[in-house]
Amino acid sequence: MLAGLALALSLFGIAMIYSAGVLNIPSPVTQGVWRRQLLWLLVSISAFVAIVRLKSRWIEWAAIPAYGLAVILLAATLVIGTGAGTAEGVGRWIQVGPLRFQPAEFAKLAAVLGLARLLSTRESPPQGMRDLVAPSALMGLPLVLVVLQPDLGTALAFIGILFAGLYWAGTPLLLLFLLASPGLALILSFSTPIWSAYFVALMGLIYLFRYRLYLAESVGILLVNLAAGTGANPLWGRLADYQRNRLLVFLDPGMDPRGAGWNLIQSKVAIGSGGLTGKGFTQGTQKRLDFLPEQHTDFIFSVIGEELGFLGVTVAVGLFVLLLLRVVRLAEVTPDPFAGLVLFGIFGAWLVHIFINIGMTIGLVPITGIPLPFLSYGGTFLLTCWAFAALAVRLARREA
Amino acid sequence: MRGPHPHAKRGQARGAMVVLFVLMGILLVSFFRAQVVRGSTWVLQSDSNRLRVLQVPAPRGTVFDRYGLIIADNVPSHSVSLFPAPADSIRATLERLAPLLDLTDERVEALVEEARANRRSALRVTDNAPYESIAAVEERRAEFPGVFMEMRPRRRYVGGPAMGHALGYVGEVSAAELESAFFQEYERGMIVGKDGLERQYEHKLQGRKGVRYVEVDAVGRVVGSFEGQAASAAVPGQEIQLNLDLELMEYIHREFPEGMRGAVVALNVEDGGILALYSAPTFDPNDFVGGISRTLWNELNQDPSRPLFNRAVVGRYPPASTWKLATAAIGLEMGVVEPEEFMPQACFGSYTFQGVTRRCWRPQGHGHQDMAGAIAHSCNVYFYQLGLRIGLERLVDEGTRLGFGEACGVDLPRESPGVFPESLDWWQRVYNYRPFENEVMALAIGQGPNDQTPLKMAQFYLALARDGSAPRPQLLQTPGQDPETDWRLDLSPASIETLREGLRAVTAPGGTAHMSSLQHWDFIGKTGTAQGGPSQERAHAWFTGMAGPWDGEPEIVVVVLVEEGESGSAAAAPLAAKAADFHLRRKHGIPVDTIQTLGEHLRSGTPAPWARWN
Repeated sequence: MLAGLALALSLFGIAMIYSAGVLNIPSPVTQGVWRRQLLWLLVSISAFVAIVRLKSRWIEWAAIPAYGLAVILLAATLVIGTGAGTAEGVGRWIQVGPLRFQPAEFAKLAAVLGLARLLSTRESPPQGMRDLVAPSALMGLPLVLVVLQPDLGTALAFIGILFAGLYWAGTPLLLLFLLASPGLALILSFSTPIWSAYFVALMGLIYLFRYRLYLAESVGILLVNLAAGTGANPLWGRLADYQRNRLLVFLDPGMDPRGAGWNLIQSKVAIGSGGLTGKGFTQGTQKRLDFLPEQHTDFIFSVIGEELGFLGVTVAVGLFVLLLLRVVRLAEVTPDPFAGLVLFGIFGAWLVHIFINIGMTIGLVPITGIPLPFLSYGGTFLLTCWAFAALAVRLARREA
Repeated sequence: MRGPHPHAKRGQARGAMVVLFVLMGILLVSFFRAQVVRGSTWVLQSDSNRLRVLQVPAPRGTVFDRYGLIIADNVPSHSVSLFPAPADSIRATLERLAPLLDLTDERVEALVEEARANRRSALRVTDNAPYESIAAVEERRAEFPGVFMEMRPRRRYVGGPAMGHALGYVGEVSAAELESAFFQEYERGMIVGKDGLERQYEHKLQGRKGVRYVEVDAVGRVVGSFEGQAASAAVPGQEIQLNLDLELMEYIHREFPEGMRGAVVALNVEDGGILALYSAPTFDPNDFVGGISRTLWNELNQDPSRPLFNRAVVGRYPPASTWKLATAAIGLEMGVVEPEEFMPQACFGSYTFQGVTRRCWRPQGHGHQDMAGAIAHSCNVYFYQLGLRIGLERLVDEGTRLGFGEACGVDLPRESPGVFPESLDWWQRVYNYRPFENEVMALAIGQGPNDQTPLKMAQFYLALARDGSAPRPQLLQTPGQDPETDWRLDLSPASIETLREGLRAVTAPGGTAHMSSLQHWDFIGKTGTAQGGPSQERAHAWFTGMAGPWDGEPEIVVVVLVEEGESGSAAAAPLAAKAADFHLRRKHGIPVDTIQTLGEHLRSGTPAPWARWN
């Protein structure tokens, strides 16, 4: 079932990657790359078959060493990483002979396993902030290393993995909220009234649940929130335009290659002009005329929107929903805590990828270079997605 | 870790599903809003994104001469334009185009300025790029985003300089013109008639431009076919046929005395159609197509001989002796003189009236003259007396009725009215005195306050060549629609014959223009020598005449004016004779000869057995 959905999405993706290569003035970057994606799909399916045959005990044992290896590889990437394709300027790849792969993708796998291993060893669900320190640190390390590449999009996946894992481990929602609060404060700090209201609400919340927190924890959370809310804005304001842009470009080099908002505008035009039924497979004018940026990777969903319309969008989103529901369902029925945590880690990673990628094509979330699972062009990424699927299938079948 | 309780797990799974459904629901709602609810606006934006509107200029109407020869038509030319873009990127593109299209730095600057002033419309870089340049740009199209090339009709004037003054020229419509009512429905960048017939019949010739859309990609490269799809086809301008005789015009252009200024007008006697309308020096209207160069424009405007000045319809000259026919005609109309009547006083070189003595041009005098003789010898004394018989007031009134104070109303954008007193009040108004009766003496011999365009004089002689009626001279042929008759001379055929007898004597043996007589045609006319040009020493030379078969009516009226030509018989008459001969020979199927007038026969030693000597 899960594998079938993965295969359907992958084939859908290859069809759209083929279409993305159909331009009026063909470009070597996109033309014919669907063949390579097809090859990668075959490799991925082989990996899937191999992983499914592993003993699940090995997987559990391998979790911590894999995590360690991932951190080492990420650190190495910062030194010897190379750019490729449309992300020429950033070092996200490691070249080993003829092979080239993105350690960050492997790190996601390792992080899911590592976090599941860590949380599954606990006697009881996390009860206080101190219980969240170790998991946060475990995810924070690869996150920081990935941000330094820089690859903000993939970094967000670690946050998804962390929260999904903690949630499944039974962490109270309040604690998850408090963990997320500095980030929320950072986002809300653009508006002083909103941030102030938020901060007051946060203080009330902490007062309400004062018995479940140590004083130091409460004070610490408030201080971090205060710093995030008040510090960010003046600091941001004091920067010169070019410095801000540089910072933004540092966070996401693919953000704005042709002038302010170009990607987003063209993507919205493409999707909007698709209408209910779309312009027809390979017929998208925005895509054909090269208005769409990164149309085979990060903006593959815009091609779906333009050429297949709202119906195609619904089908694609529907496939993702079925896929994620299946993951949740497997987690629900598995008696093995490790397996459940891995499944939820996968759920978190995929949900972040899917929501942010599709959301950015229509302007719901800021543009970050983050690919769409199974659909976007990218060998390592496709392999990771299939590896996740294989882990899900393998671990869910594990006897108690 | 103990696995969570199955019950707790179900709750947590529910929570995860809720998060999943909420997030995916948000996505679907957003897409539904964008694609289904607001889809049409995005479709518009997508189209405006990729489609560029290009104006398809309509070819201007073809202009034919009276025999169906093409005077002006269109040839395809290659234009290079830029889509609207920020000035900096326009400049960058232009600088890269410059070596391929031979653009000067100055021209690049001018184009950038133009692009800045008109941010919305395409910028035309050149209208007439040579094929090699087009090929070079096309080859490297990827380097020139926003550049598009197309075929445009380009005006071609077959007659070249010969037709300059009659046809006028075309150019891009100016901002000032766009404000005028005439150009109400015009748009910037359109090529319009600026002068001459091109302006006069602009609305006929213009046609209706079409529109087509071309698909461009993200960097502005025109994608797909070079020509694209026409959304609405251009409707070519109407064809017009003129009364002009192209070959006659070219002939006149060749034969007009080298380096001289002047004008030639030839009218078709049958309908008053203009056979030729030429002004020298002239210009080549082809130089204006696609924008005249600044140097050439300055040259044309600063040339002291004023090549852009149409002497045939705008230039005004004292008609001098050629106007004596008007005095004669008016005298006959009034019945104050009989054709065979001799004036009471014979010409002894001068005439005195009310203490004012006026001279005849021939100091030794002409003796007794009847009307034909007086015309033949251009005797001033005869006309002084005739003028006095008519009387100043009546001469002024009748001259005004014959339109000497007005324009002919020719179908050209500019025409000068004649200068002629409309009544005795004229002197009061202009000079602030009541005229004495003796003023009529000057008027009667074509002097005094009397300046006429060559065209106006041609119209007057047209009446003499016809039955006295003077249709309005017209360049355009209007079949089935007789040209309006402005006025008519109230003369009997016999009286008209008398006047023609006088004119005939001019080219007869002993006449001043005998050397301009022709073998095949009865070529008659009046010479004139008008003082009062820019140089007082060198008078303007006139010849106003007509020609037709020996045994028939006149078929062509020719007026030649040569500024500072000094002698009507030497400078103007031969050209008039040759032009008439050229036209009539072709009309009647007689081979055209290079030796035409009696004078030419004598000079070249070719026998002229037809010549009359007495």
